[in-house]
Amino acid sequence: MYRYDEFDHAFMAERVAQFSRQVERRISGEMTEDQFKPLRLMNGLYLQLHAYMLRVNVPYGCLSSKQLRGLADIARKYDRDYGHFTTRQNIQYNWIKLEDMPQLLSDLAEIEMHGIQSSGNCIRNVTSDQFAGTSADELEDPRVYCEIIRQWSTLHPEFSYLPRKFKIAVTGAPKDRAAVALHDIGLRMHKNEAGDTGFEVIVGGGQGRTPVIGKTICEWLEPEYVLSYLEAILRVYNLWGRRDNMYKARIKILVNATGIDEFRRQVEEEFEAIKASPLALDPTEVERINEYFAAPAYETLEDTDLSDQAAANPAFAAWLTSNTAKHKVSGYTIVNLSLKSPNQPPGDLGAGQMDAVADLADEYSFGELRVSHRQNLVFTDVKQQDLFALWEKLSQLDLATANINRATDMIACPGLDYCALANARSIPISERITKRFSDIDRLHGLGEMSINISGCMNACGHHHVGNIGILGVEKKGQEFYQFTLGGSSAEDASLGDRTGPGFSTDEVVDAVDRILNTYVEQRDDEEETFLETYRRVGMVPFKEALYGAN
Amino acid sequence: MPHMVIANTLKDGRVVFLAENGDWVSAIAEGALAQSDNAAEQLLADGKQAEANDVIIDPQLIEVNDTEHGRHPAAYREYIRAYGPSVRQDDPVKD
Repeated sequence: MYRYDEFDHAFMAERVAQFSRQVERRISGEMTEDQFKPLRLMNGLYLQLHAYMLRVNVPYGCLSSKQLRGLADIARKYDRDYGHFTTRQNIQYNWIKLEDMPQLLSDLAEIEMHGIQSSGNCIRNVTSDQFAGTSADELEDPRVYCEIIRQWSTLHPEFSYLPRKFKIAVTGAPKDRAAVALHDIGLRMHKNEAGDTGFEVIVGGGQGRTPVIGKTICEWLEPEYVLSYLEAILRVYNLWGRRDNMYKARIKILVNATGIDEFRRQVEEEFEAIKASPLALDPTEVERINEYFAAPAYETLEDTDLSDQAAANPAFAAWLTSNTAKHKVSGYTIVNLSLKSPNQPPGDLGAGQMDAVADLADEYSFGELRVSHRQNLVFTDVKQQDLFALWEKLSQLDLATANINRATDMIACPGLDYCALANARSIPISERITKRFSDIDRLHGLGEMSINISGCMNACGHHHVGNIGILGVEKKGQEFYQFTLGGSSAEDASLGDRTGPGFSTDEVVDAVDRILNTYVEQRDDEEETFLETYRRVGMVPFKEALYGAN
Repeated sequence: MPHMVIANTLKDGRVVFLAENGDWVSAIAEGALAQSDNAAEQLLADGKQAEANDVIIDPQLIEVNDTEHGRHPAAYREYIRAYGPSVRQDDPVKD
């Protein structure tokens, strides 16, 4: 885990005191809403439909059991006994009172957490692979660079008022679980011809109303210069990014308008000027930070044969298939905790569940856990011999739905049930889809896929990159849902193609059913995934299924 | 269609409606109904005064269907604001 140092503690104490005074001044009327709004946003506090919403950063998705218990306490004390994990690996609380904020921030600081830079036109929480440091396919642990970027970007004086928000993602594995091509900057670790590890730097990706797959600006960057290169990109963006129109202010618009070659030229020119500055990483400092992420005390274990237990328990077998992933250390497994049960909104976790998960993290995974951008939790270091016992306990907590990377593992934004920007509801649609496809045999028979839903074109639910994307729109006061097919946020990133006119709330789940039945009819065999089938056969059969042959 | 003024309170962000006596109330049925454009304008002006006095934030006029079956905002967005999320309805409300 990353650790707060004395600078973090001192800074947080100052910020809590500062924001507490600002809240007092706002409530007393000394400060207007126009004056206060940018200050509350800088601390992650939004005003949504029903109440204030607080977004708390979970740095690159890493949490300790102690922090999760603290988050549970906050849910109980200041909210309605639950929190919502987001696609930025953060947690949001939906029912916060402004007058509670000073004490709440103080409580958060106790567990070394805060909401600073979780909003506003600044560099947001850096995100990463939820399996970082443990997955079998990883080149190197990306968390050390995430932490270096976190420290560099926190209160960076030059980048506190960017043209628009700025999101960075880092992955150390060839299988992209962090959607790096959909970020303002994505860093993808790979080896060059000499066998040295470096970063492919991808720039100008994003979703929202203008979705763009990022472009490679640097094929291979020495890790030593990661901050110099990021700073060079940010400087060019800060200089030329549009500030006259918020819808054209993201770096993706600048890169498209400038052209990637010219944009690269400008960045390289800046990079050469600052490359040898103190931004170049000192190997000693990198090693010091790397020690934050030292591997836990793994035991020397052989892989465990679970075939008897799996044969006797089909539900356990299904869970093993979909909810576990290969660990780099023999005898250990990565376990995904599904927050996509039919009984709870996607990404939500109750305070009691948080406490129980924290206890299980202590018992089974060295007291740590992760948040994934698909709004699930992960125990990264579980002994295979403990898997059956853990599955039983997770089942009791309703956190063992065997649906990771399956149709019901839906990304869903809060939608019109909570969000002031939304045009349509997301959560009830995802709940109905989850219930429709809850039969485990059918669900697993459909293979790996992603269905993502957003309640407006801001695309917080990543609908553009869902294999099946659903976009909620409002038409004459009614909610309608448009489909896109063929999106992907993985290493083969692509944007989905729109099928045609939208469907009413009553029709949308049946429409999903028709899309999935068409896939089953069209696929070559059960090994061919939805995305592979769509890319092979194209839109026509799906369109016919949705709208008829004419 | 009659209008009401909806807003969020400053201190806790909760959804409230402007009542005849100038209070801000949580129950939509207790809020003031403006039956004419002039009355709606006056109601909104009262709301903006309360905003200036740092009681509430962002007062807005909304259209409301007022029938024997109850009082329902015409726009679904405002319906959800008035009656709460359409999900998690069994959750405890701690106010």
